[in-house]
Amino acid sequence: MATAAFQKKYPDGPDSEPCYLDIHDGKPLGTRIAGWLLTLDHKRIGLMYLFGILVSLIVGGAFALLVRTELWAPGQTIVGQDTYNKFFTLHGAVMVFLVIIPGIPAALGNIILPIQLGAPDVAFPKLNLSSFYLWIAGALLLVGAVPFGGLDTGWTLYTPYSLESKTPVLIAVMGVFLLGFSSIFTGLNMLVTIHKFRPQGMGWFQLPLNIWAIYATAIMQVLATPVLGITVLLLAVERFAHIGIFDAKLGGDPVLFQHFFWFYSHPAVYIMIIPGMGVISEMISTFSRKPLFGYRFVAYSSISLALLSFLVWGHHMFVSGQSRLANMVFSALTFTVGIPSAVKVFNWVATLYKGDIRLKTPMLYSLAFLLLFTIGGLTGLFLGILAVDVHLHDTYFVVAHFHYVMMGSTLVAFLGALHYWWPKFTGRMYPETLGQICAWGVFIGFNLTFLPQFVMGSRGMPRRYWDYDPHFQIFHQLSTVGAFVLGISIFIAVIYLFGTFRKGAPLAPRNPWGASSLEWQAPTPPTLFNFEKPPVLHEVYNYDDLVEVRPDVWERRAPIEALPSEVAGTAHAHAAADAPKRVAGEKVSWTAPVESQAATEQAGLSTDAPKAAPAVDASEAKPATASLDDMADAPVEPKSDDKKEGES
Amino acid sequence: MKLRSYIGVIVTAGVLAWGLASGVDHVVAQPQPAAPGATAQVTPDPTQPAAGSADASQGSAQASPPVDQPAAQGSAAGADPKAATPPAGAAAAPAPKGGKGWWELLADRPISEEGTYWMPKGVNRVAHDSDGMFYAVYALSIFFFFAIAGAVIYFTIKYRHRPGHKAEPSSGHNDALEITWTVIPTLICVFLFYYGWRTYVKVVTPPQKAVEISVEAWRWSWEFTHQNGLKDSDLHVPVGTPVRLVMTSRDVLHAFYAPVMRVKQDIIPRRYTYAWFLADKPGTYRLNCAEYCGTDHSQMGKKADGRRAVVVVHEPGGYERYLADANVITGTPEEIGAKTYEKKGCISCHSVDGSAKVGPTFKGSWGTTIQLAGGGTAVVNEDYIRESIEVPSAKGRANYASQIGSMPAFDGQLKPEELAGLIAYIKSLK
Repeated sequence: MATAAFQKKYPDGPDSEPCYLDIHDGKPLGTRIAGWLLTLDHKRIGLMYLFGILVSLIVGGAFALLVRTELWAPGQTIVGQDTYNKFFTLHGAVMVFLVIIPGIPAALGNIILPIQLGAPDVAFPKLNLSSFYLWIAGALLLVGAVPFGGLDTGWTLYTPYSLESKTPVLIAVMGVFLLGFSSIFTGLNMLVTIHKFRPQGMGWFQLPLNIWAIYATAIMQVLATPVLGITVLLLAVERFAHIGIFDAKLGGDPVLFQHFFWFYSHPAVYIMIIPGMGVISEMISTFSRKPLFGYRFVAYSSISLALLSFLVWGHHMFVSGQSRLANMVFSALTFTVGIPSAVKVFNWVATLYKGDIRLKTPMLYSLAFLLLFTIGGLTGLFLGILAVDVHLHDTYFVVAHFHYVMMGSTLVAFLGALHYWWPKFTGRMYPETLGQICAWGVFIGFNLTFLPQFVMGSRGMPRRYWDYDPHFQIFHQLSTVGAFVLGISIFIAVIYLFGTFRKGAPLAPRNPWGASSLEWQAPTPPTLFNFEKPPVLHEVYNYDDLVEVRPDVWERRAPIEALPSEVAGTAHAHAAADAPKRVAGEKVSWTAPVESQAATEQAGLSTDAPKAAPAVDASEAKPATASLDDMADAPVEPKSDDKKEGES
Repeated sequence: MKLRSYIGVIVTAGVLAWGLASGVDHVVAQPQPAAPGATAQVTPDPTQPAAGSADASQGSAQASPPVDQPAAQGSAAGADPKAATPPAGAAAAPAPKGGKGWWELLADRPISEEGTYWMPKGVNRVAHDSDGMFYAVYALSIFFFFAIAGAVIYFTIKYRHRPGHKAEPSSGHNDALEITWTVIPTLICVFLFYYGWRTYVKVVTPPQKAVEISVEAWRWSWEFTHQNGLKDSDLHVPVGTPVRLVMTSRDVLHAFYAPVMRVKQDIIPRRYTYAWFLADKPGTYRLNCAEYCGTDHSQMGKKADGRRAVVVVHEPGGYERYLADANVITGTPEEIGAKTYEKKGCISCHSVDGSAKVGPTFKGSWGTTIQLAGGGTAVVNEDYIRESIEVPSAKGRANYASQIGSMPAFDGQLKPEELAGLIAYIKSLK
């Protein structure tokens, strides 16, 4: 049984070992800090990411509010042109590189994906930690440009302006370079984890759609981000050594930079939105108590979006001077991207049909996402049409469009997902009423901010303007008011979420939403290796036998039918395997899970236990000292994917 | 059942979209009988045949306005106007010495762009089609948005959780339905792309005969050079005649954007890009830079009184008089200098009231001794000013060292009167 020191702190927490948040309880402060900073645990790394991202969100949001405040009236309101240019540059750079790109894959994906797969960790825990430190270094360099005068090139870093700018471009692009590597490492980790750590019986079409989405995202992160790295490196070399690459004065080609930049940054748009689509699929299904309609179409559309996204970069450059033939081809390809997106929306809406819709905070965010993403997608049609884009390009119409997609969709999905999984990985419940009020605040504030910008844009208000024609003022003022409603709502949400760590905050049950994916079988919060006993697979998005026994407490009642291929699975075995040192100077001291088998049988999901037992037995075959890394490298037993795919 | 009715809605949407997309083409095809092909011989005006004799009537433009056409093809026109100045004053407000010319008063008029709720007035005849596309997609978007939002809200209310309500089983997928809602958006997209492309080709393909104006942009000014050599910081164009812009930049990227013309094109250093339009309504309209270019991006071409650069579409005949009248430099050297200060964009970096901008102020600089960035000192005199205008990086000031290289070189860009005028102007700013 558990060690004498083990104290169960959470009602649905682990029964035999401390949860991952508590593994260093009672240790000296230094150990506890090192336990975070040097951890290889995906949840701890994910939490640190999450903290960094939320801080960046507040920083980026503060820049946004400064920009909006300056635009309250034409001419100077609070700051001059140069400061304004730095504000919008830093707003864009922080939000894109530090918040939205890592938001769902690196923070929530890190925390949730392995548990959702029933795995103990990601494939390469050390790579995972190094990815986080690269993110920290990149973030420090990017924001570090501020004390050196602040960056004023716009987040797009267009040449030759970025070559001539007097601001510390070199520092900032080195930050972007490191952030790129951080993103590649995360993507690589996710790819390998999804390929190799799926449990026995979990074929590709048994994966939750969140995992499909992260898989599609990881493909793009691995394939597209190197181009960004090369591009900013060339930019740095040119600035530093005056080699003519992008500078017309040195014989370079300024438009070439735009091709390079958007070759990354267009896939990056999908790196941002596809994970949002993934978490939305999870939440809409869970809160409608319905399997996701057209699962395969949604899964395929994630992958097709990922692949098509590589072919449409030129639509950012319709008026840049590229040839008309290129414009024609890119316009045609751009429309192909619209189709998978439309299919997804229709599938989400159809999932609501005949459901049992529970309007909890995450579901409110999901419904907001559906409406906002629809607007974002439809306004994309205007911009894909060559003739119309000539007028709308580089106006507030574009600004509003991409905020509907990036902020209204991705960030809203991120906030929804944060509320959805918060009880699972912190063990704390957020205040539901306050959560719902903030969700409404985000929805209303967002629309108030960006709907007027569509009108301004089509009336010809160019973007990145410090000063503007007085007849736009009313729209700017509506937008500024909206931005404050939005900013305050998000700020309150961040505050109450962190407030749940206070003493006496309500604790979360194991499965508050009645969700069906594997992470909800893990204790709340999970143990260091996520599961005390191997989770039991069942059909994806099956809610039939989940019963709400008390408000917000769901249990599986009916016996779960084991999938035919689920025999003596070894994929979960390492969840139970004893692991050696995970943290410098720290011995993991709980007993082997095999001994606690009897206990877990009583405490956990009793119906699951018989099926789980063979898996645990199989774990004994593993060398007791095998570390997680060893296991990742060890030959993987042949899986029955192909068989499964054939059947389904 | 409900799901089936939604199939109906979506199918209707597709049909409607088809109708709209093709309808737009029919509507816009009528006023634009010219073939959309790349080498269409656009005959914008029934008066086109008169163009052959335009050279001769250059000097007496006001006499027969409707007949008058710019001498797009006549290089001789460039030489004429200087000799033909006087008649211009007879029709419009004469250019008072040192005051503003009638063409400048036109540019100072309030902007008149009142259009629809969504769009400013459409002034470019060839771009009316793209407005049609905008509204077609707008209608399509409104339809789809309300169909989707309606479904979301209806389902959310109807199937909301309440005591006794349970999720009912329904098919987890429906191939027919899913194929339908994949194919219909595909068809819509094909039509949108096709008509968008056709319209775009029309919008970007200039006719062979057009008034050519070369455009040079730099931080943060415009310079429009007309065929007779006249340079101005506002764009003056004739009505009813195709105008082709040949554009380049002296420093970073800029973009020519006149919202009423629905024309936008990036301007790139060391490369020419093109734009064209056929203005059909005289007036004064906004002219913006649409590609971020630094400090005064939002104020490109700002004048001393705070107004921005504009596009002036002249009444028939007005453009020819403008070419003639504006090409003559009149006034005292100081007055010429003050105008040059504005027109050549000195104003965007150098103040005349002592306030700090990107470059040093002109006020009180005459005769002072300044510290040079490369060491040593210099006295601000005629020669120093001339050199600093022509080769700005030669003697940069120590306290503006970081800005050396920002100012474009004006070597060979100024007329002797303008250079002398600037020197006199700076001299006068005590």
